Amino acid sequence: MSNAIGKPLSRVDGRAKVTGEAKYAAEFNAPDLAYGYVVSGTIAKGKINHIDTRAAKSLPGVLEIFTYENRPKVAWFDLSYNDQDAPPGSPFRPLYDNKIKYSGQPIALVVADTFELARYAASLVEVTYDVEPHETGLDKHVDRGHKPSSGIASLLKPPPPKPQGDFDKVYHESPVKMRGTYVHAVEHHNPMEMFASTVVYEKNGKLTIYDKTQGVTNSKMYVTQVFGMSNDDVRVIAPYMGGGFGSGLRPQYQLFLAVMAARELKRSVRVVLTRQQMFSFGHRPATIQHIALSGTTDGTLNALYHDAHAETSRFEDYTEVVVNWGAMLYPVTNTKYDYKLVDLDTYTPLDMRAPGGVTGFSALEIAIDELAYNMKIDPLDFRLKNYSDRNTADDLPYSSKELKACFEQGAERFGWSNRPLEPRSMKKEHNLIGWGVATGMWDANQMFASAEAVLTVNGKLRVSSATADIGTGTYTIMTQIAAETLGMPVDDVIFKLGDTEMPFSLISGGSWTAASVGSAVKLVCQDLGKKLFKLAQQMPDSPLKKAKLEDIEFADSRIRLKSNPGAGVRYVDIVAANGGRAVTESSTSLPDLLEQRKYARNTHSAVFVEVMVDEDLGSVKVTRMVSAIAGGRVLNPKTARNQILGGMVWGLSKALEEETAMDNVYGRFMNHSLAEYHVAVNADIHDFDVIFVDEVDHIVNPLGAKGLGEIGIVGVPAAIANAIFHATGKRVRDLPITLDKLL
Amino acid sequence: MNSFTYARPTDVAEAINDQQQATAAKFIAGGTNLLDLMKENIERPERLIDINHLPLAEITETEDGGLRLGALVTNANTAYDERVIARYPLLSQTILAGASPQLRNMATNGGNLFQRTRCYYFYDLATACNKREPGSGCGALNGYNRIHAILGTSHSCIATNPSDMCVALTALDATIRVKGPNGERTIPMADFHRLPGEDPQYDNTLGPDELVTAIDLPAKGFSEYHTYLKLRDRASYAFALVSVAAALELDGDTVTDVRVALGGVAHKPWRKPEAEALLIGQKATKENYAKLADALIEGARGFEHNSFKIKLVHRAIVRALGIAAKQEPTE
Ligand SMILES: Cc1cc2nc3c(=O)[nH]c(=O)nc-3n(C[C@H](O)[C@H](O)[C@H](O)COP(=O)(O)OP(=O)(O)OC[C@H]3O[C@@H](n4cnc5c(N)ncnc54)[C@H](O)[C@@H]3O)c2cc1C
Ligand code: SF4
Repeated sequence: MSNAIGKPLSRVDGRAKVTGEAKYAAEFNAPDLAYGYVVSGTIAKGKINHIDTRAAKSLPGVLEIFTYENRPKVAWFDLSYNDQDAPPGSPFRPLYDNKIKYSGQPIALVVADTFELARYAASLVEVTYDVEPHETGLDKHVDRGHKPSSGIASLLKPPPPKPQGDFDKVYHESPVKMRGTYVHAVEHHNPMEMFASTVVYEKNGKLTIYDKTQGVTNSKMYVTQVFGMSNDDVRVIAPYMGGGFGSGLRPQYQLFLAVMAARELKRSVRVVLTRQQMFSFGHRPATIQHIALSGTTDGTLNALYHDAHAETSRFEDYTEVVVNWGAMLYPVTNTKYDYKLVDLDTYTPLDMRAPGGVTGFSALEIAIDELAYNMKIDPLDFRLKNYSDRNTADDLPYSSKELKACFEQGAERFGWSNRPLEPRSMKKEHNLIGWGVATGMWDANQMFASAEAVLTVNGKLRVSSATADIGTGTYTIMTQIAAETLGMPVDDVIFKLGDTEMPFSLISGGSWTAASVGSAVKLVCQDLGKKLFKLAQQMPDSPLKKAKLEDIEFADSRIRLKSNPGAGVRYVDIVAANGGRAVTESSTSLPDLLEQRKYARNTHSAVFVEVMVDEDLGSVKVTRMVSAIAGGRVLNPKTARNQILGGMVWGLSKALEEETAMDNVYGRFMNHSLAEYHVAVNADIHDFDVIFVDEVDHIVNPLGAKGLGEIGIVGVPAAIANAIFHATGKRVRDLPITLDKLL
Repeated sequence: MNSFTYARPTDVAEAINDQQQATAAKFIAGGTNLLDLMKENIERPERLIDINHLPLAEITETEDGGLRLGALVTNANTAYDERVIARYPLLSQTILAGASPQLRNMATNGGNLFQRTRCYYFYDLATACNKREPGSGCGALNGYNRIHAILGTSHSCIATNPSDMCVALTALDATIRVKGPNGERTIPMADFHRLPGEDPQYDNTLGPDELVTAIDLPAKGFSEYHTYLKLRDRASYAFALVSVAAALELDGDTVTDVRVALGGVAHKPWRKPEAEALLIGQKATKENYAKLADALIEGARGFEHNSFKIKLVHRAIVRALGIAAKQEPTE
């Protein structure tokens, strides 16, 4: 056994990334490449009256300017524009007609011999509009809230649970209660890498597309459907991604535009969005939530109400699981929920790290803190008192839930037991100090996935699947899983991904890649092992001739007898005996739905935060944070810790800084640059600590790993808000908590 | 970005002459502001005159005991200059509170004086902005104006000057040295930037063909009692919501001289000698600092999203004076 799983292996792609050898979508070249630059609309609603492209077109080197007027024929049915993450509705179609649906909409693509020329020409395109009144700003239109339409998306994003018990009565009669309204702003993903597609036009009209995406299979499906191309004519490649956070779960409009231009011009084309244009598609929707909780004087939570209004576009019903979490986490039996969408003249929102989860928990876990304070109970004690081993909402046991260990180990590390309950009781100079705690939860899903494994002629292992590494460490952990399964050193294993020529895998999101693709990798290596075993048995003088599968093990790059590890056959010798030909296997792993359905499957976290708030000036500094995670088996402590730290940083950023500001007069996001859209910087980050508690789970998937991409962020904003309350006595229910809210 | 011609003069007179001859020419120094504005099509110069090869990259002594900071000395080299650190630590601290190390390595002292407002509307061609396009209206006035001015605003423009460095230069009574077709002149820092009035397209009082050659610091540097307090939305790499450069001279606990300049509140660094006079000869106490603050921000007026700045800047002034007087910790 190589015991590769669980080792803190450094990223196998790390060197390529820091040396620049790793190539991203906009870095692939093709002979005679042309460059597209997108012209963005400036009004929120109305019609294009006229586009004057003459000045731009007259510049030598400008090849074509595509608008709705001259675009080629594309698919007509909504269905053709669907993708693996499309919500119910009618997906946005670039350059389809003269209608303007949101501010920043792409309205033309200028293609030229150089990027600089295309950019300049784009500035000469003159557009006039027939403006129609628009509606933006969730708070101004909550009265238009409606039930979301349901579609396939509802499978992964269930609607609110049915009410249980009698919330109204119990709430009314309870001695202790709270009620609050929680608001958070729109956020944009802002990965470092801009969205880009380089479409290489082959002689026979086939396309090789380097796309920034969290799923090459998704981009391919989109392109073949929209442009009516056959499967064989489109190949999508995305070996690396400069951050996704969910923004790459749907094909973005540069893909459509680049493919359209390449096909029309019969020439390779690259389209890269600008940072400003990175604010012109999906985002985390703003929400307004109401929560009401009540309990008994002994600290028992007895009733829960949670509703949310979230924004969506006029053309799709994007939903998230925001209000469902309360009774999944707490054993509360009198519940009532509501979830409504408000259609606005903006682009459809899009999954962003822990979509819905961090939204819901940022309200729920502040509310819990408020109730605990109304009961004069320590907020950690309250959570322990209301601990549940069952998911009450769905009435299911958990496949595993070591949240209690998270509370205990996190509190111990943080020093929670020294905490005075009273707010404003810790002070240093003019700073108020506060400690807060919150819980987080996320799903532990497994999807189907396929993988291929090849034992090469020189005895190395090459495994592949058309999944993505969105920066999470997929390359590394898949390498480890393969190495472990076949008992090989990790250096002899290479894992490849991000190419539609590889076995199928879905988009990489929802923290399911490790579980889904990891299970496929494990399975295909097991299957390859069986094949190798058969071949080894056929070799002359094979010491394995009489062995059964249960008698052997894969170790030291050999198949050997468990009873006599000295007796075995080396992989290189198997390949040699196979006539020097590589041995290949491919497999598809399917989740054991029947078994999994009997359990609630989730990751959990407990987050402890210390803040320092300047009493006069309102500035907040998060001085310490401990996050204890129950996420099943940790495949690689280094990449795992890295995922959680990233989530903690983003949680801080969300709690204190991030907000895309909408000007409702223009219906336009205004702070569309990284100078003005603030994300946390190094100077904001102080003492962060991560704990992984032991959690054994045989249900979630064959690896027992739960996926750690999202759980890291979920509890952080509420923990910070709670710490700020403890410091200042001020309850802020409106994120981000900028200093003006604390003056 | 449009295409442009490019020149790289090595001589100041040549640079000025070129600027005077050409239409729509712009000097470029570090480029950290100008290039951004060009990429957004807000500045569309037809000619760039790269002044990085002019002999203006030195820090030298002046005759009256001060320092002369060449226009092309980078912000980083200024902040880390031993003479600046020893004699004008306020300036050093202020520069280091701005931007990021990478930007400060590129940004020049001259360029910093000219950096344009960070008003979102100014940066977005889809919106109205009198500063960018005179007469088009002011998008910020009834829009999202959290970062905007509370002092010296006009109905034409409520933008702020975003510079940190300029706040310290104002407090220190620096002088700007300028060369133009008609020779050399000096402009007191307090008169270099202007209020928006009816013509917010003009940020400062410089003529179109003039070049800043240096910034002169007077001998008095307030090296003992000073601080720059910058309040912003994250701990680094953000423009000031409000900032205060405070400098004191103390005789025991009596204030013998004081300077307070504010950033993030107006179209120019905000200073009022009359307000400072209220503290001179008085005891260095919070109550007296508050009186200065009252006078300094008299007439402050907020808009939909930025009224908090009035309270914030008042408290910041009091705090900054306390820190400068070493009565309060820096954190
Ligand atoms: C993301 C970001 C964050 C920033 N954060 C801060 C911050 O927190 N605080 C802060 O103070 N600043 C900040 N800055 C601004 C930075 O300080 C300025 O961009 C810089 O000082 C400009 O100097 P430069 O030499 O690069 O000027 P350039 O961009 O080269 O020039 C700017 C203007 O000055 C003119 N000019 C330059 N030199 C002369 C001269 N000698 N005579 C006449 N005209 C001249 C040019 O024609 C041009 O119009 C930030 C900038 C960015 C991009
Ligand atoms: S505040 Fe000034 S810079 Fe901003 S939009 Fe108004 S006129 Fe333009």
